[in-house]
Amino acid sequence: MTQAIHILTKEVKDYFITPIAYIVISIFLLITGWFFFTTFFLYNQADLRQFFNLLPITFAFVIPAITMKLFAEEVNVGSYEVLMTLPVTMNDIIIGKFLAAVAFLGACLIPTLAYPIFITFMGQLDWGPVIAGYAGAILLGGAFAAVGLFASSLTRNQIIAFIVGMVICFALTTIDKMLFFFPQILISVIGYLGADYHFQNISKGVIDSRDIIYFSSVIFIGLYGANLAMRSRN
Amino acid sequence: MIHVENLTKYYDKFCAVDRINLDIAKGEIIGLLGPNGAGKTTTLRMLTGYFKPTSGEIQVKDLAIDDHQLEIKKMMGYLPESAPLYHSMLVYDYLDYIARIRGLGGDKKLARIRKLVELCGLGGIMHNTISELSKGLKQRVGLAHAMMTDPEILILDEPTSGLDPNQIAEIREIIRQIGREKTVILSTHILSEAEATCDRIVIINQGKIIADGSTQDLKQAATKERFIRISLLDAPFDDASALINPIDGVERVEQLNSTDNGRLDLRLTCRSESDLRKYIYQAIKATDWILVEMHQETKTLETIFRELTKEN
Repeated sequence: MTQAIHILTKEVKDYFITPIAYIVISIFLLITGWFFFTTFFLYNQADLRQFFNLLPITFAFVIPAITMKLFAEEVNVGSYEVLMTLPVTMNDIIIGKFLAAVAFLGACLIPTLAYPIFITFMGQLDWGPVIAGYAGAILLGGAFAAVGLFASSLTRNQIIAFIVGMVICFALTTIDKMLFFFPQILISVIGYLGADYHFQNISKGVIDSRDIIYFSSVIFIGLYGANLAMRSRN
Repeated sequence: MIHVENLTKYYDKFCAVDRINLDIAKGEIIGLLGPNGAGKTTTLRMLTGYFKPTSGEIQVKDLAIDDHQLEIKKMMGYLPESAPLYHSMLVYDYLDYIARIRGLGGDKKLARIRKLVELCGLGGIMHNTISELSKGLKQRVGLAHAMMTDPEILILDEPTSGLDPNQIAEIREIIRQIGREKTVILSTHILSEAEATCDRIVIINQGKIIADGSTQDLKQAATKERFIRISLLDAPFDDASALINPIDGVERVEQLNSTDNGRLDLRLTCRSESDLRKYIYQAIKATDWILVEMHQETKTLETIFRELTKEN
């Protein structure tokens, strides 16, 4: 586990010594801030419902951009060979990189805490759903980061990794809104696969074990897939 | 120290390494020599555990590499070809990261980094990013990386490629120093390098070992076969051949070129422990031909290498 922590700190440092981190955070804040505040005053409600409604779709674009380099760049530059000959296991590498992406996600979300603080000046904010929403955002982000990491492990090209990751995340987000395309029998199963559906449950303040199990499963499957893909390389 | 048995690696249908057997003792500096694409890098990558062999066995200190990857990685330092390092990191940050992941901490880590900086001459570049460095400097950072924990086994893939002659001399000196106590395996396609640094040379071609022995052994094996060139005036080739061929040890007499000025250049292929020039001279002395030139060529490592790897 200490090895995973060394990799985690190295990857987080790596994010912040290149401009990518600052660009991604700025874009994320611009998009969420714009969509939130353009409608906030129209609804005239002191809650973050609008912010959390849009979060899954924003994440579907932003998170693959965070994770795309994690394996693809390493394989492309060749430093992967160095990494594999250090005394670390594949699990250390994958957990370290995954947690680095989640930590970066946290860095994206922290500035948005300004929104609820701002709202408390204007009205009575119910903090319950807000806290649950942020917890859900980390779970959702973790699930997408695992998917993005898997996409990054498939290719040495960062752009392909981004697009593959984005397509999967986008599909997970929107699939429960396209249920009318599917036969009656499958609807409940496919509806259950939707990330947005589970996230909205949590962000309403309802913490259900089914939603937590859903996100944990996506994280596990993503990381396991990445593990298999990297192992099969050599 | 390292035991390799029937090591084979296929890339799809292409056989990169073909049933290699090797035993490497502690404290040996061994040079893998071969033309490009001979399978040197693939062999080294399998020794480090980065590539999985298609078949065959590798044991390091009696530990099979499949079951004890972590232990073996801990006692190995590896410098991959052209030192692929993290571009965006500072040299210091990089060495710090490697030290921590290799389990060094606190004062020990700092002392080790200081020592390596001195050994590899990294003093002035600790606060540069790796992408700014020249190829030679990167190579040195890579070398420092490989030697971080003072490993028992050091594997270097073309350690001197891209370096200037002074740096090459320095790196050779470093390798020699380390090789006194540690096992060093290095690959190269430069002969003089293998000759200058290694105790033992293994020549690989098309995935097979075609020669294995100390520099001395290889040279001696080669000097049994040698060429003697002689130039004669007023001698017809047939007579000269008839005279010289029966001498014990001469295998073949060839005419190199026939010039109009009556000079005959011959090349004699000989296989003998002793020097044949004496007998050849005595034979010619009995005739009335004029001997204008005679000299013996012994094979250098270079000619051995060329002969061994040029087949097919």
